[in-house]
Amino acid sequence: MDRTQLLLGLAFALFSLGFVGVMIRRNALVMLMFMELMLNGVILSLVTFAERSATLSGAVLVFPVFVVAAAEIAIAIPIVLLVARRRRTLDVGAWSELKG
Amino acid sequence: MNLLTLIVLLPLAGFLLNGLFGARLGKGFVSVVGCGLPVLAFLAAVRAFGELDGAAGLALVATAYTWAVVGDFSFDISFYLDRLSALMTLIVTGVGSLIHIYSTGYMKDDASYARYFAYLNLFLFFMLLLVLGRSLLVCFVGWEGVGLASYLLIGFWFEDPAKAAAGKKAFITNRVGDAGFLLGMFLLYHALGTLDFDAVNAAFQGPVAPAVSASLVGVLLFIGATGKSAQIPLHVWLPDAMAGPTPVSALIHAATMVTAGVYLVARLNGLYLVAPEASQLIAVVGVATAFFAATIAVVQTDIKKVLAYSTISQLGFMFLALGVGAYGVAVFHVYTHAFFKACLFLGAGSVIHALGGEQDIRRMGGLAKRIPVTFVAFAVATAAIAGLPPLAGFFSKDEILWYAFASERGGSALLWAVASVTALLTAFYMFRLLMLTFLTPSRMDEHTEHHVHESPLSMNGVLAVLAVLSAIGGFFHVHLFLEPVMPLPETAHALEHLELPLIILAVVVGLAGLAAAVYVYRGGLDRAERLERRFPGLHRLLSGRYYVDELYEAVLGRPLHWVSDRVFLKLGDRRLIDGSLHGLASLAQRAAGRLSSVETGQLQQYLWLALMGIVAMLAWMWRYG
Repeated sequence: MDRTQLLLGLAFALFSLGFVGVMIRRNALVMLMFMELMLNGVILSLVTFAERSATLSGAVLVFPVFVVAAAEIAIAIPIVLLVARRRRTLDVGAWSELKG
Repeated sequence: MNLLTLIVLLPLAGFLLNGLFGARLGKGFVSVVGCGLPVLAFLAAVRAFGELDGAAGLALVATAYTWAVVGDFSFDISFYLDRLSALMTLIVTGVGSLIHIYSTGYMKDDASYARYFAYLNLFLFFMLLLVLGRSLLVCFVGWEGVGLASYLLIGFWFEDPAKAAAGKKAFITNRVGDAGFLLGMFLLYHALGTLDFDAVNAAFQGPVAPAVSASLVGVLLFIGATGKSAQIPLHVWLPDAMAGPTPVSALIHAATMVTAGVYLVARLNGLYLVAPEASQLIAVVGVATAFFAATIAVVQTDIKKVLAYSTISQLGFMFLALGVGAYGVAVFHVYTHAFFKACLFLGAGSVIHALGGEQDIRRMGGLAKRIPVTFVAFAVATAAIAGLPPLAGFFSKDEILWYAFASERGGSALLWAVASVTALLTAFYMFRLLMLTFLTPSRMDEHTEHHVHESPLSMNGVLAVLAVLSAIGGFFHVHLFLEPVMPLPETAHALEHLELPLIILAVVVGLAGLAAAVYVYRGGLDRAERLERRFPGLHRLLSGRYYVDELYEAVLGRPLHWVSDRVFLKLGDRRLIDGSLHGLASLAQRAAGRLSSVETGQLQQYLWLALMGIVAMLAWMWRYG
């Protein structure tokens, strides 16, 4: 097993861990953290492929992804806080006013 | 500005001034504007009449405005003054002005004084457009406009639903006739490419016959005339039109507007001369209308209704004259009728005014001494309409009877006989009205009796003028004056020796009517009531006005109502239109109810669905991409 395969396996593991976490946890903050884990898995795969094909574009794409991730979390956390302050819980199962 | 345009625009200015500012500027302003501008229009008409005389029988033409240009044909608003339209203009503005002046007294205490005069001026404007318009199109605008003004004035006291309904009835009945007018106009335009009266007449008199049946066009236009001039079968609106203020009845529903149909046929005499079938129809409808309306008038008890039916009857006489080709004679009767009928209506208005609103002649009587000026005027006009010499009605009615008998263009002994019986009935019901209103012992209650007063000078003065005109108007022989424009028909030579005996007979007929009325009504209502009991069926039929209204209601009104209610409202509107909309709405609602169960509110479930979607998409791309 060479280094590339190892890194891709790590990226897949990170992504899967994050996805399973998002799927099974009901705490909104924890779900956000797992989503960061998924992003990191994706970023790792980007860097790996970039290194392997010896181009810079994949590595450069990492920075916009960071920026978007930071922006996302900066908006998501206040929203979660506001909802939590209102509902006195972080359980996403309790936030279901829009269900049909 | 051109003189003809000025005549037409003066009343319009009155309408605008009174309509926009009249309510704020007070009754003095309204009276001055409302009466002043029609009088000015009359003076302008007199001036134009003088100019026409100078023009040696030629017509004056003035184009005011080019309305529309279609291809190489332009629709102009242009005015045409020949002897016929000059005479009509003088009648309209002259009698119109007198009635405006009368109205200042009659409507003095009405809250909507300015609105009244605005409408009256509007009416004059449209009537002048109708009379002076050179083409059928301009005439039609005036035609519709007088219908509108008539509607507004019949329903003038619109707070009363019955009066508003009478206005609507007049308007709708007229629309039926207008359809005929429009169709006739389309046919003419299609065949000739012009709508100018002089061009149409010339085309039909020319060597090459136009590619359209003159009789068809004639009948269609005559249908329009039956609507406006209240002939059978569209006569039903005129009696109801008496709901309007009495001067309006005098102006619109007796002296001017209802003669529009007569004017139209006379104006198009060139067309009707080559349309013998249409002329025959006109003569028959005219004489039938004259007869039936006269029989109804005999039993009416409302003073204005009697006059309304007498108007219908007199219009029938005019159409009889048109039908036998004596166009000038018909206009002669229009002219004398305008005087004596206006006088009668205004006299009736004066009576109603004196009695504080009472209109039932069974509760009048003995007014001759109480309101002598009105009585004298009314009596003169009554004698005039009854055809007693030497008053105006005698000359025109006698000419009509003569041409109905002897004209080479469809005159016959039968037409003459029915017309003569009608003349007898006319004399009878008019003197009945005179007797019951003025001469028999009073049947008023004490309160009304106390209230009786002579009308103000503005009303009595006008009455006096009209009475004088009714008396001497016949000496101006309109039909001879109009002969250059509208030649009189040939009369049968074999019958000429009968002319004098017929005149004597006509006078005898008038006197017989007078005598019969005096005989029956001398002692009040007793003898008439005995007659009523002797012929109950006839009396019911006549006072039910031959049940024409009921017939229309049964044949047209109720089926229309049924179809509207059942088919259009319940089936079409409620079931089809509302039903399909409601159906679509409930379909959407139910479908949404089903679909909304997908929205469980569980974030994880949404994520699962998203993941599945992504996987499915990737699989698809891998497979087919």
